[in-house]
Amino acid sequence: MAERIIIDPITRIEGHLRVEIEVKDGIITDAYSAGTMVRGIETILKGRDPRDAWAFVGRVCGVCTSTHSLTSVRTVENALGITAPPNAELIRNLMANALYIHDHVVHFYVLHALDWVDVVSALKANPAEASRIAQSISPWPKSSVGYFTDIQKRFHSFVESGQLGIFANGYWGHSAYKLPPEVNLIAVAHYLEALEWQKEIVKVHTIFGGKNPHPNYLVGGVPCSINIDEANAVNAERLAIVGKLFEDAKTFVDQVYIPDLLAIASYYKSDWGAIGGGLSNYMSFGDFPVNGYNNPDSFKMPRGVILNRDLSKIHEIKADDPSQIQEFINNSWYDYSKGDGVGLHPWEGETNLNYTGPKPPYDQFDVSQKYSWVKTPRWKGLPMEVGPLSRMLVGYAAGREDIKAVIDSTLMALNVPVGALFSTLGRTAARGLETKLCCDWALEFYQQLLSNIKNGDSRTQNNVKWEPESWPKIARGIGMVEAPRGALSHFIVIEDKKIANYQLVVPTTWNASPRDPEGKRSAYEESLLGTPVADLNSPLEVLRTIHSFDPCLACAVHVYDEKGSHVHELKSY
Amino acid sequence: MKEKQPTFYEEVINEGLSRKDFLKFCTTMAAFLGLETSGVGQIVHALQTKPRLPVIWFHFQECTCCSESFIRASHPIVASIVLDKISLDYQETLMAASGFQAESAYKTVMEKYPGEYIVMVEGSIPTENEAYCCIGGRSALQILEEAAKNAKAVVAWGNCASSGCVQAAKPNPTGAKPVHKVISGKPIINVQGCPPIADVMAGVVVHLLTFDRIPQLDELGRPKAFYSRRVHDTCYRRANFDAGLFVESFDDEGAKRGYCLYKMGCKGPVTYNSCGIIKWNDGLSYPIQSGHPCIGCSEAGFWDNGPFYQHLPNTGAFGIETTADKIGLGLGVATAVGIAGHAIVTNIRKHRNISNSPTVDSETLKES
Repeated sequence: MAERIIIDPITRIEGHLRVEIEVKDGIITDAYSAGTMVRGIETILKGRDPRDAWAFVGRVCGVCTSTHSLTSVRTVENALGITAPPNAELIRNLMANALYIHDHVVHFYVLHALDWVDVVSALKANPAEASRIAQSISPWPKSSVGYFTDIQKRFHSFVESGQLGIFANGYWGHSAYKLPPEVNLIAVAHYLEALEWQKEIVKVHTIFGGKNPHPNYLVGGVPCSINIDEANAVNAERLAIVGKLFEDAKTFVDQVYIPDLLAIASYYKSDWGAIGGGLSNYMSFGDFPVNGYNNPDSFKMPRGVILNRDLSKIHEIKADDPSQIQEFINNSWYDYSKGDGVGLHPWEGETNLNYTGPKPPYDQFDVSQKYSWVKTPRWKGLPMEVGPLSRMLVGYAAGREDIKAVIDSTLMALNVPVGALFSTLGRTAARGLETKLCCDWALEFYQQLLSNIKNGDSRTQNNVKWEPESWPKIARGIGMVEAPRGALSHFIVIEDKKIANYQLVVPTTWNASPRDPEGKRSAYEESLLGTPVADLNSPLEVLRTIHSFDPCLACAVHVYDEKGSHVHELKSY
Repeated sequence: MKEKQPTFYEEVINEGLSRKDFLKFCTTMAAFLGLETSGVGQIVHALQTKPRLPVIWFHFQECTCCSESFIRASHPIVASIVLDKISLDYQETLMAASGFQAESAYKTVMEKYPGEYIVMVEGSIPTENEAYCCIGGRSALQILEEAAKNAKAVVAWGNCASSGCVQAAKPNPTGAKPVHKVISGKPIINVQGCPPIADVMAGVVVHLLTFDRIPQLDELGRPKAFYSRRVHDTCYRRANFDAGLFVESFDDEGAKRGYCLYKMGCKGPVTYNSCGIIKWNDGLSYPIQSGHPCIGCSEAGFWDNGPFYQHLPNTGAFGIETTADKIGLGLGVATAVGIAGHAIVTNIRKHRNISNSPTVDSETLKES
């Protein structure tokens, strides 16, 4: 007889996620993932100025802040035929790189680490041994015996106080924690350092976008102007800050994040390198244009789909093809006019919230009925995993030298085969590896920006189509971005200078969705199957796999509107 | 039975920080709170002797930008102290526990410290159907009503909790409402902005700890220390406005010289916030300094006061603006009234002073 376990709220994520699992003989036999909050931002966008959309959709998420804004300006530019100047592309890349680095470091230390690191065990560590281990894996200067002694003392008095604050009621002492106390202590020290450090790298957004979270974007380019002979513009001093922020980020990632990732992985690789693989299809839209957004071949991260874990072939994505991307609502609290069984391309998406779940307060969903606010997207009818692992796999399959190099060296360091990538740990490792790549790419983009300015090009904005009078009566566009959590796309229909329809298909929608009409599970649900759960009251194993996706539920939940009619203009993507 | 809570000061010293660091933190906070130098002593005393404040932080209809901003607090000691020293007993983004263990964390606080704990809210509350936001099978409204009942005060973080923010923009499909529309009989502090500035968030927390009472609030429930000045009046580009030097299109010659963004739609003249004073992310910049007009994110209903790139209308009350701007576009009545109310007093004297001076435009400036 299987037992039903409900985990709600899933914490250390963005948004509101509930997971229900069935466990038989200590193994998960079925799983249901549910988004439990809805806001309706697409409905709100209708009738507004398309140039304002970036600000509205930016507020979809404050964790992956700016990623929806970037997608939005690309979407509007695609609809109106605007090409942003090279400097604007570079500044957007720098902002996106800064986001990746920030988001991934915060995810690893603040959101995910506590699934692998037993904070309480760190109290038993020998600081001298912790210091020895730390110095053996990294040249990071903060690794003396005194340093770890102080950290331990600080935590000791924290625990003594009896008020554990954010550390209260964790699964401390769980049998699935495997790190020795000294490695736990190192991780606790770096948890605090990461928390302190993370507020630095976001300053790239503050320089170019005025603030973080929610920096400013602009259709046609970026809002900041470059003038190296002016105090009130991006000048040598402002650029120097950006350069230093990325240099420091590279040091932190190379000397703290990556060594910690490898150290922790070495203790968990034997089981978690084989658990949580889930789906075998991986999708990446690709990103970080080297030669402009309209040349996807030049992207640092390539675009494509991998099916059945076959790394010898990459399938082409056409987001405007109505048969490729479709969304289903058979298990989500919405209505379609053609019935619940059909899938609709986002351009044909329909609205209608229709909550049919239990009235709160409730204990359990009837999962034979609808059970989530998240819709179910499919690519050619197939469920796709999106995120860092998908990006790294597509890059690996495409033979990108930089991506292959970091993956191969990691596999060698851990002494595991390529197959170990298809796992919970593989997902977590891929996130770290692409963070390392982002540091290198950012420094490249930075040098390119400096060289453009040196050569006399300081343009950051294309105003040709700024005035609505210059727009066609009807236009529609698609913007594609690799958000930190995976493939993100926005769809717009502009009619009479206003938004007639705006829709988002979001990474966590791909991963966290309920099952489709054929009963096929999406990534979260599939990846939990077969996972051992040692203690039903403390399902630590579930958190490991769910957190390996870095859930972002505010992003995942949307309301779709009826499509605009009589669209004449089509763009290719 | 209550456990003995270590004081702020004990925590600081236990952390290995020096008394000097501690005093520096107190001085900074005093400055942020607008206190005289004598106020520093008050903060020092309060933080040395007051027990840690239990805090329950809920997330409802939100995007987590307030939590993200909170962890950006720029003085190291603020990040360190405020994160765990207030005894942040429930915070879904940061807490280790999930599921029923998480729920029990805030229920324990409610039982143990009735009348003493602070409820902090990030996000709005849907009222069209309570099922639009549920945690642990209970609705946002049910959770908030229960927790607020015995709270000492409620802090409404950001525009969502203060005025509904983006999900309450027309047509507000989920009936999203701010805290003060669904909770009564409790002091509610609206810490506005999307998100609020990190150091403003830290400043509000320190105010609560230091003075054991809520800060002075304006008529919209915002702490006066941070929301009594228009962005326009504290803007470093204000001199350009007064001189009639405006950006006419993005990245034009005026933009490259940092002229005033009023014509590009800047809402600084109708927005109350500390962006021009404290600035963002360690005082590094703020939207206008980085070339984008203020979108007014600390004002109720700012999403419906746009479009963002349409400049504020001339109302006749704008002496200087009338001469500077020939285009003049009509906007909603609410915005126009707001401008008239705020603008007349502050502009009238400058108008008198400047109206006799010749207007300087970008061309003459270039020649000089």
